[in-house]
Amino acid sequence: MDRSNLNSQLEHLQSKYVGTGHADTSKFEWGVNQARDTYASYIGHYPMLAYFAVAENESIARVKFNITEKMLQPCGPPPERRE
Amino acid sequence: MSDDIAAQIKAEQEKRAKDNSSQREDTRVSLTGVGYDQDIYGSGNKFEGYSTELPMDDDEEEDELSSRLAQSGKKLSSYTAPKEVFDHLASIEDDTDPFAGRSQSRRIIDREDDYNKRRLNRTLSPTRIDPFAKNADAASSEARSYSEVMREVELGREEERVMRKIAEKKKEAQKETGLDAPPPPTPTGRKRRWDVATPVVAPAATSGWNEPDDHVAAPTNRWEETPKAEVKKRNRWDETPVASTSSAWDATPKASGVTETPTAKRSRWDETPVAPSGMFGATPMGAGQLGMVTPNMMVPMTPEAMNAQRWEHEIDMRNRPLTDDDLDAMFPTTGFKILEQPTSYQPIRTPGRKLMATPTPYAGNGFMMQDENMKMNYGIAPEVDIPGGANLPFFKPGDSQYFGDLTKEQDESTLSPEDIKDRKIMRLLLKIKNGTPPMRKAALRTITDKARDFGAGPLFHRILPLLMSPTLEDQERHLLVKVIDRILYKLDDLVRPYVHKILVVIEPLLIDEDYYARVEGREIISNLSKAAGLVTMIATMRPDIDHQDEYVRNTTARAFSIVASALGIPALLPFLKAVCNSKKSWQARHTGIKIVQQIALLLGCAILPHLKNLVDAIAKGLEDEQQKVRTITSLAIAALAEAAHPYGIESFDSVLTPLWSGIRKHRGKGLAAFLKAIGYIIPLMDAEYANYYTKEVMPILIREFESPDEEMKKIVLKVVKQCAATDGVTPQYIKEEILPEFFKNFWVRRMALDRRNYKQLVETTVELAQKVGVTEIVSRIVNDLKDESEPYRKMVMETIEKVVSQLGAADVDGRLEEVLIDGILYAFQEQTVEDIVMLNGFGTVVNALGYRSKAYLPQITSTILWRLNNKSAKVRQQAADLISRIAVVMKTCGEEKLMGHLGLVLFEYLGEEYPEVLGSILGALKAIVNVIGMSSMTPPIKDLLPRLTPILKNRHEKVQENNIDLVGRIADRGAEFVSAREWMRVCFELLDMLKAHKKGIRRAAINTFGYIARAIGPQDVLATLLNNLKVQERQNRVCTTVAIAIVAETCAPFTVLPALMNEYRVPELNVQNGVLKSLAWVFEYIGEMGKDYIYAVTPLLEDALMDRDLVHRQTACTTVKHMSLGVVGLGCEDALLHLLNYVWPNIFETSPHVINAVMDAIEGLTVALGPGTTLQYVMQGLFHPARKVREIYWKIYNNMYILAQDGAIPFYPTIENDEKNSYGRPELLYVV
Repeated sequence: MDRSNLNSQLEHLQSKYVGTGHADTSKFEWGVNQARDTYASYIGHYPMLAYFAVAENESIARVKFNITEKMLQPCGPPPERRE
Repeated sequence: MSDDIAAQIKAEQEKRAKDNSSQREDTRVSLTGVGYDQDIYGSGNKFEGYSTELPMDDDEEEDELSSRLAQSGKKLSSYTAPKEVFDHLASIEDDTDPFAGRSQSRRIIDREDDYNKRRLNRTLSPTRIDPFAKNADAASSEARSYSEVMREVELGREEERVMRKIAEKKKEAQKETGLDAPPPPTPTGRKRRWDVATPVVAPAATSGWNEPDDHVAAPTNRWEETPKAEVKKRNRWDETPVASTSSAWDATPKASGVTETPTAKRSRWDETPVAPSGMFGATPMGAGQLGMVTPNMMVPMTPEAMNAQRWEHEIDMRNRPLTDDDLDAMFPTTGFKILEQPTSYQPIRTPGRKLMATPTPYAGNGFMMQDENMKMNYGIAPEVDIPGGANLPFFKPGDSQYFGDLTKEQDESTLSPEDIKDRKIMRLLLKIKNGTPPMRKAALRTITDKARDFGAGPLFHRILPLLMSPTLEDQERHLLVKVIDRILYKLDDLVRPYVHKILVVIEPLLIDEDYYARVEGREIISNLSKAAGLVTMIATMRPDIDHQDEYVRNTTARAFSIVASALGIPALLPFLKAVCNSKKSWQARHTGIKIVQQIALLLGCAILPHLKNLVDAIAKGLEDEQQKVRTITSLAIAALAEAAHPYGIESFDSVLTPLWSGIRKHRGKGLAAFLKAIGYIIPLMDAEYANYYTKEVMPILIREFESPDEEMKKIVLKVVKQCAATDGVTPQYIKEEILPEFFKNFWVRRMALDRRNYKQLVETTVELAQKVGVTEIVSRIVNDLKDESEPYRKMVMETIEKVVSQLGAADVDGRLEEVLIDGILYAFQEQTVEDIVMLNGFGTVVNALGYRSKAYLPQITSTILWRLNNKSAKVRQQAADLISRIAVVMKTCGEEKLMGHLGLVLFEYLGEEYPEVLGSILGALKAIVNVIGMSSMTPPIKDLLPRLTPILKNRHEKVQENNIDLVGRIADRGAEFVSAREWMRVCFELLDMLKAHKKGIRRAAINTFGYIARAIGPQDVLATLLNNLKVQERQNRVCTTVAIAIVAETCAPFTVLPALMNEYRVPELNVQNGVLKSLAWVFEYIGEMGKDYIYAVTPLLEDALMDRDLVHRQTACTTVKHMSLGVVGLGCEDALLHLLNYVWPNIFETSPHVINAVMDAIEGLTVALGPGTTLQYVMQGLFHPARKVREIYWKIYNNMYILAQDGAIPFYPTIENDEKNSYGRPELLYVV
């Protein structure tokens, strides 16, 4: 197994997951991934949702809904693509 | 009881002592006496037999001489070969090389049979018009349309029909006039003698019996096998005046080689060169031409002839007399003096002797001017320098036919663009075909990348003729096929006009005898059909479906089934239906049905969704007026049913009735095919139906039991097996109806002689036994264990073994048991060829009888003892193997004393010189030790082990494996019986075992180190192992490190670690790396026990991780990985974090092993320290200005992310908002 092969295998494996990055990942992309991961994690941990509901004085379902909504464009519109 | 046995054995031995013919001299080693090998080390006086003084008087010598002279004066009673031999020797030419025919040719054509050679009758037809092409008019005028091709095929068939008619007419006319045509030269084929075991013929790629007989001249007369052209065997001593010794049992003569000259004997010199046109005319070349080897030889010869010539030349050149110039060049200029030749010297002048003195390359050739160039390269075909290309390792004579243009120097600028392209393609192909692997790889890539630039036409015009070349070899074909495969992807729909040409070349691969060739062919056709599309494929192959040549139809059917698997059956179904019902010609129907059969064979259970459609498509064929069509239809149904098993009976409803009426109407081949179909359908039925149909078909089967036809026999056996396996058939029925006839007709000696009959019969009988029980079957054949034919006995034994191992021996009664053991003993002792079948049968039966075999053990043991001392090594080996098989039963029967006796005898035979036998003896000892335990073993362990130690030196794998197993067993269970010193000796011997090739041996050796260390304490063993780290050999060191780790594991790490760490101070690379590697293993094995040792080894790891040597750091990283994975959650985070600081700087390593180890270490630490820590480290470089840095950091980030996505969330950094985007995630900051 030569080196390029080995590396490319690992990279291929990694690239199968959404949310992994590469040398050209921008701040925006990274931020979006972080935000989505964060929200997904909150939804997955019910006690976290309950805690946020108390803090925000909302129902748990509302908090969950808000968070789900925010996952769409968590950091706002993407920046203009510069060629 | 055991006293009884001892007495019995004694009596038996005494009896046998009188008959010692089969026994060897006593080679046993006494328990107490000298143990060394006296053959090697000598015994007594080694000068024995030599004369100790020189003869003083000459008289004696003279006497001897004169007496000899006197004797020679008398007419000696001559001792010579029979007269026939001399005659025979005189009759054959001197230069005949008896082994010439033996040398394997690598050319494909030489191993092909006649049927496969029919591929050469096909021509690369002109390009077809691609109706889908946008610029259809651009297609050249020579391209043909579908209708033209169809017309041509029609014409071909008509022509063939007329020719046949004419031939028939002629025959008729001859008959009428009473003038019998001279009988065709019938070959003197000998009748096949049934008592000669038939050579196993590899199943022919095509089963010839569904092949139409319309080619009367075709040499297939056995309807099962297409005859293979056998390599013509020339037997000097064969006195039968048969011109062509083709295979003895095939009655049709076959041409045995294409390039064969008509002369019966082939000598080296009449090896026929292939005519340059590429046809197979057997044109021998004039001898004069052979000598004219010019460097650029444009006259092709066979590669063998070429090679022989090359050798000849090379030898001649090397042996030519040295000239003065040569000598001057060889010797130093000073220190030598050139002497005058003595005056008495007379150069040889007699012409006869002179001729012998200088080798002339080719006598009778006349004078030949030596080419200056040739002299330098000894006449070896010069490296062909292709202008603009690299030097090729070789350029075969056949190549010049295709690549000759390249060798001519030409100015490329004067050529047209097409010619330049063409030359480029040729150059690339030549490199792919003849080049070195790197050259080939590069050329292959170029040709793939540029495929569309070159265009399909020029590429295939070059590639396809090469594939049709008569001198093609396997490797070349493989490479060229690979080229086609690659360019197919690129060319895509551009290939359409060339589909037929490609098929002509590729289809023969589908019936090649080489499995990989078949797979390759399938792949190409599958890719081709994907590239060209269904319509093109059908339009291209349709004309071949009713081609007059059966070969073409056969291969086309196979190709079509591949198209079906590539594009889906539904797409092809309408076409198949149409073809199978074709009114125009039965050939089309035949081929259509054959396509269905091939689809079933190729796709297996994937046909299930379309089963109904496929069956319906071919159903009509069962009632076709052509016998061949009916036969192939039933075969296709059999294939479909086999593929569908166990589902889909409802799809076959429509064919059941015709099949049923068919088996009543048909005889011979037709019946066999119908029976086959029914045999495959019955297992799909439910119990009730299966029972009914079995009863229906059984009378016919029983009638056919008596059929002399081999193929029919096989099919009948198979059908019986399938019927018996169904639920509906009752044991009662089988017992009463089937068994009597079955045993009468099939359990006969001649069935054992044909390998495939043999196997099928055993399978069927075992299947019947599943229904009717062991006793029923075994009691019928048990007497045949004493049959006089050995193959038959073997077949009986194999059947009994299979039956007993599947069903046990519980219902074998006392009487049968006796007969069985008696028969087995007889068969075992009467073997002339020691066979594993007999051994297995013996072992299985005795084990199945268990306690009931007690009564027979004395007899069995005495047989074993007798055979253990046999002259033949194989017999001894088998006897020892038998002991290891029945040891458990002996224990069950409570025969410890007997086993003790056997143990002693085996011990005495440890001096055995044949390694295979010695290995078996050790295996038998091991079996006995395992069963009776260490303490009650005789000979006692303390005597046994010292005898085993020297055997550890034996290099034979079987000996090593059995010995190390035995020694390991003793070390594990009975180490206390042997002194520590002896164990140390064993340790030293074991070190050598770490070199063994077989992994099992190395593993056993390493485990034994562990046992020994536990028995005698780790210190001494460890010292030995640590010393062994200094050896050069890598495998040895690696194994040593594993052994150290195992010692550490068995004796607790604190006993080993101090010494191990101390060893790290040795300033030697191998030792230090070995220590680190051992640490890695130790921490891997001890797991969470490692928490007590982390702080102890940390300083050492610090040092290793900072070492200049890469391997140090790599191995240390591996250690860190195992360590951290072991101590997750055990509170060692401080040490691990410390180590992470040492690991981290290594992330920029580029060596693959090192970077892998580093990544592993970081991953392990991420597990132990949590993703937060790693994230903090990684964040430093994710947005580093240098790409190289970012790349590796992101890689680590990704690893961490995949490992612990959720866990990293609280640790993500806060990102500042900018004017457009907001990155805030404030939820975690809430405080209630």
